[in-house]
Amino acid sequence: MSDPSANNTGLDGARAWIMRQGRWSPFEVAFWLAVFIPFFFFPTYLTLASQIAIAALFVLSVDLILGYAGIITLGHAMFFGLGAYAAGLLTKTGWGEPLTGLLISGAFVALVGFLVSFIIVRVQHLALLMITLGLGLLTMELANSMSWLTGGTDGLQGVSVWPIFGTFDYDLWGYTAYSYTLIVLFIGVLIARRIVNSAFGLSLRGIRENLNRMPAIGAPHQRRLQVIYTISAGMAGVAGALLTQTTSQVALDVLSFQRSADVVVMLILGGTGRLYGGIIGAIIFMVARDQLAGINPQYWYFWIGILLMIVVLVMPKGILGFLAQIWERVRR
Amino acid sequence: MTGNLLIVLFDGLAFGMLLFVLSVGLSVTLGLMNFVNLGHGAFGMLGGYLALVVTREAGLSFFVALPAAFVGAAVVGIACERTLFRRLYRSGELNQVLFTVGLVFVATSIATFLFGTGQQPIQIPDMLRGWVEIGGLRFGIYRIFLIVVALVVTAALVFGLEFTRFGAKVRAAVDNQRVAQGLGIDVDTIFAITFALGCGLAGLGGALAIEIVGLDPTFAIHYLIYVLIVVAVGGLGSIGGSFVAAALLGIADVAGKYFVPELGSFLIYLLMVGVLFWRPLGLFGKR
Amino acid sequence: MPTKTTFVIAVATGLTWSIGVHAQETVKVGVILPYSGPFADAANQLDAGIKLYMQQNGNMVDGKTIEIVRKDTGGPAPDVAKRLAQELVVRDGVDIIAGFALTPEALGAADVATQAKKLMVVMNAATSVVTEKSPYIVRTSVTIPQVNYAFGKWAFEKGGVKQAYTLVADYGPGHDAEKSFAQGFTEAGGSIIGADKTPVANPDFSAFVQRVKDANPEAVYIFVPGGGQPAAIGKALSERGLTPPATRIFGQGELTHPEALESMGANALGIVTTFHYTLEREEPLNNAFVAAYREANNGRSPDLFSIGGYDGMHLIYEALKKTNGDVSGDALVEAAKGMAWDSPRGPISIDPETRDIVQNVYIREVQEVDGTLQNVIIDTIEGVKDPLHGANN
Repeated sequence: MSDPSANNTGLDGARAWIMRQGRWSPFEVAFWLAVFIPFFFFPTYLTLASQIAIAALFVLSVDLILGYAGIITLGHAMFFGLGAYAAGLLTKTGWGEPLTGLLISGAFVALVGFLVSFIIVRVQHLALLMITLGLGLLTMELANSMSWLTGGTDGLQGVSVWPIFGTFDYDLWGYTAYSYTLIVLFIGVLIARRIVNSAFGLSLRGIRENLNRMPAIGAPHQRRLQVIYTISAGMAGVAGALLTQTTSQVALDVLSFQRSADVVVMLILGGTGRLYGGIIGAIIFMVARDQLAGINPQYWYFWIGILLMIVVLVMPKGILGFLAQIWERVRR
Repeated sequence: MTGNLLIVLFDGLAFGMLLFVLSVGLSVTLGLMNFVNLGHGAFGMLGGYLALVVTREAGLSFFVALPAAFVGAAVVGIACERTLFRRLYRSGELNQVLFTVGLVFVATSIATFLFGTGQQPIQIPDMLRGWVEIGGLRFGIYRIFLIVVALVVTAALVFGLEFTRFGAKVRAAVDNQRVAQGLGIDVDTIFAITFALGCGLAGLGGALAIEIVGLDPTFAIHYLIYVLIVVAVGGLGSIGGSFVAAALLGIADVAGKYFVPELGSFLIYLLMVGVLFWRPLGLFGKR
Repeated sequence: MPTKTTFVIAVATGLTWSIGVHAQETVKVGVILPYSGPFADAANQLDAGIKLYMQQNGNMVDGKTIEIVRKDTGGPAPDVAKRLAQELVVRDGVDIIAGFALTPEALGAADVATQAKKLMVVMNAATSVVTEKSPYIVRTSVTIPQVNYAFGKWAFEKGGVKQAYTLVADYGPGHDAEKSFAQGFTEAGGSIIGADKTPVANPDFSAFVQRVKDANPEAVYIFVPGGGQPAAIGKALSERGLTPPATRIFGQGELTHPEALESMGANALGIVTTFHYTLEREEPLNNAFVAAYREANNGRSPDLFSIGGYDGMHLIYEALKKTNGDVSGDALVEAAKGMAWDSPRGPISIDPETRDIVQNVYIREVQEVDGTLQNVIIDTIEGVKDPLHGANN
């Protein structure tokens, strides 16, 4: 975007541009160094940090469809929750190994996401929002009514996850949980970077900007949207599975509308279509929530609400978008 | 048996009418201004608490409380529109979502602070209690009252939109904002008045809802989902659409529960997903 | 000489150390509740019970200050509850964890109590299995089978009802209630002629009530969550003409809580409910409790959550007295086992085997007393244990 020479040198120029977009920026490196801070300075916050990492992975999955492909959703907890239940039920069959559990859960949810994507790509705007919402709520009602399988409101009982690599068990402090979720988040970000900085990722942004023009320039949108939706669902499923594995708890709230709404709030708060925007949003939302609820367990919602409203009025492109603007101004 | 069916359908219709009054305002403002106001339920909650204050603290009649709820919610609505929401008309639906979610959080906290977390019962006049018996069937008087209110609201809205000068301006603004502005219509003011009207109707709905579903600080979030369903199924900006959608959802939900109780909790969502998949713009939506 | 000095120093340091212990040592109690979100009201009432107990009994036990650390789960969220329990242990250094309005949250935190060896006082969560999840759990509230199994038997034997229809909310507690009422009722000889489940989120009951009417049972048993639903279902029943004495209405105590009665009006007359706490029970201890509670809470009456929190704090205070300040989970659990006391709800005790509460179950009928509707106790079943513990083994 900033370099005009990239536009006029044909295919090689485009390829170079894409490559350049995929390079690691100093900010990214700094971010991935900063994630180690909790280990040394806030060791009593590691459990929270692990749940933030899980939320960040979930937000990332929504950013892939909402931020990059323009698929708005109010029901993504459906995939998060299915992943959580898949991971939990898997351990009940006697296979408690976490890494394969994560992959199996993710693959299962991706399959569900693929099936759902046939519906999703055919609607837009309010209908899309409401259909995702409806499917999410239907899944939750289904889980409630299938309490013989899911444990219903009381939650799935008897989830037992084996230690990672057979050695690292989940401690009270959360060292294992945070390390584990952090590594999975890192891999998630690697995959997401790879996708958005590819030609495929660029075509998604084209679809987001103008749905009707993309087929005209030879990029049919439905198949592409289905692919990214499937990937996103799988990633959300992995996030859900992580929650099950690190807490050994699964209950209906993993599928709740609240969770679907929160993840969208975190994403917009941080800034859409920026990968790290959602992650920053998750960190700010959850840390603010934890701290405010610590001060006043009953009225912290008030301050979160004020925070959201101020962010919209002052930083219409989200927190990361705002920071990026400032950086642009400083650099000039 | 047919009598039973009739009474079930009647109850469903009455519940649908409650949803209609709660949601029609959102349908109009969404259709007119493309403003995604997830805080609509909060205005309903506001109306509910206003009605409560009027009946309980001021000791006035429920029939005074209803217009008070309408006016109060409308005034707060127009205040919010003039100071806050108007800044967001151009800033994209995602920011509107975030902002109005923030508003719901704030409203919920304020309601908790002022009225506590408990359920608030409301005293309705004796003449609205009980039932009338027609052909051996008992029709709840309050439910009849709900249907009457909804019909009056619909008639007033349809008349206002179809047969008044203001209505013509609103329709013009909905159809094409730019051209309307070019013709010298003050779209800005029309927005504000329409918004106030929408919030006022939500407030009225909130006041009417207490007797049927109760009132506590979670009202704003809980009923948002039903409101959105009615709006989406009916089609944006369509009063008739919202009316039909609300009636359909109310009746189908109750009838479904009566005949297939196992599907009770699924019905309303299945219906919505089905309708929107078949007609993404809703039953009566134009765009 | 040196020995004497050493002795003096030793005594002096010993003294200051022990004074230090008595002057500074606090016992921290972490309270985990859904203070915000859909269950905020339950948390609020439970917390008010805790506060009232501390207000009445001071915040000092055996020379130690009791300090409460409050944490919000924001709704039914077992993962958050577990995290908060972990944080309370590792960051805040609490000695006891308490609260738990909701079963999934209690189950979520149970592992932490076991791992950290801390006493965990469950002040509400009413599913039987909760206390079996950790040897450190003690419950001071109620279990749904406890009140409903006994009630089912009562309905047939003393209520004189031969057949009934059940209508319960479609979620864990509702299923438990349906099962235990039906079990007690059918074991006594009654028959269930129909059973429906109402969606938790969708508040219009008319279709279900019509189904009950079609079946024309002698009695209908109802379980819905507290809050707005009791009044709604009560009104739907009366609109259909399903009112006592023509059709008996049975339910768990939430059905006729004070706000619901106010909203239902005269239609509520004759409804029979089962509960472990009855607001209007005439007894000096209870009268004092209710009066103090109302004064502290703007006239709001205590409910099942309040009494769970109140008695939970009593258990914590008494256990600390018994252990002479030993806050280890093992010592406190031992102290709690078999503990018995007079609560505003009546005589209660902790079953030493299951660590669950043993208490009276009251059968109440809605009657008009001095112009207001009240739950009047018409029968008392004494010393009821949860019928499910041990049944699974």
